[in-house]
Amino acid sequence: MERNFVMIALFAALIAALGLVPKITLASGVPITAQSLGVMLCGTVLGARRGALAVLLFLALVALGLPLLSGGRGGLGLFVSPSAGFLIGFPIAAFVAGLITEKLRAMSVFWAAALGAAIGGILVLYIPGIIGMAVTLDKSLPEASLLATPFIPGDLIKSVLAGAITGSLAKARPDSVLSRA
Amino acid sequence: MLSLTSEIRTPYHPWPAGPKLGAVCLVTASLFIIGSPWFSGAIVLACLGLYALPGLGFLRQGLGALRMLWPFLALIALWHGVSGTLEAGLAVALQLLAAVGFANLVTLTTRLEDMAAVVTRAASPLRRFGLRPERFGLALALVVRFTPVLAQRGDQIAQSWHARTSRRPGWQVLAPLALGAIDDATYVAEALRARGGIDPVEE
Repeated sequence: MERNFVMIALFAALIAALGLVPKITLASGVPITAQSLGVMLCGTVLGARRGALAVLLFLALVALGLPLLSGGRGGLGLFVSPSAGFLIGFPIAAFVAGLITEKLRAMSVFWAAALGAAIGGILVLYIPGIIGMAVTLDKSLPEASLLATPFIPGDLIKSVLAGAITGSLAKARPDSVLSRA
Repeated sequence: MLSLTSEIRTPYHPWPAGPKLGAVCLVTASLFIIGSPWFSGAIVLACLGLYALPGLGFLRQGLGALRMLWPFLALIALWHGVSGTLEAGLAVALQLLAAVGFANLVTLTTRLEDMAAVVTRAASPLRRFGLRPERFGLALALVVRFTPVLAQRGDQIAQSWHARTSRRPGWQVLAPLALGAIDDATYVAEALRARGGIDPVEE
């Protein structure tokens, strides 16, 4: 019991730490913030319920006023800004990513986690994200979708990375990947 | 780690956190429901007044906290500038500034402990789903403690990467970082259990 509780807290800390480490560079030379990758990993490693809890814990601390979001952002203002929909979508994204990793046991960890991260972290996440931008920026849904499309390639790469990292964690610490434990 | 609460004392700091959070919900909802630029503008002016009242230093802090909106304001300016609907763009910008400005004011003037107490109270209905709100304090402490630990380890892994190659660190540094977090969790869980577990028996 203690272990699951601490895992949830430390994965919340991992999301925060991923916002603090210098941006990593992908093969294409595009620097990305790894924070949304952290959200995907919460789901694919911890599983649906615990992953969503870890992300909720992270968001609660951001809302309380800890500057944990990338760029040292935090506070209540974020939750009424155009980013709000994505923040609200984060725990749902982690839940779906975790659920898919849990259910697709017939697939290898890599493929199940990558697929889960893509469906959870892009398809599911973008729905509240786009609605949030449409409401706060007073745009129609297609217009808001247009504003979100530049982020899809980066998020696809992050999904593959989430799959690869979950796969190597499953090899290094098999009992720690709770989504498959 | 520092919270975003302003160290400049304002008359708003002693006000209870619950009603302040309620006011944020109310103001935000009315901004988006009413949607009139005059109403948004009035809230922006009121916010400016509230920020200016405790002094220039606090006003500067408040304006600094709005920097997260810059990319969106630039986007609005570009979008409505190109489509020639500057008036509509101004209305959207005012609405955003009012909503975020007011919410930031509450974040700047409410202590972390007071906010955490409200969250613990507000989360108590979740008991039904097996959540224990009283564990929130310990979880908060763990995150606050381990965020710098993990960030520092990320730096160390990046340094050992630099020792081996002149290329910039890539995604390969992320797996050892996550692995470290998992191992830490195992040790911390053991330590917690040795000290009586996360739900100590009431004395």
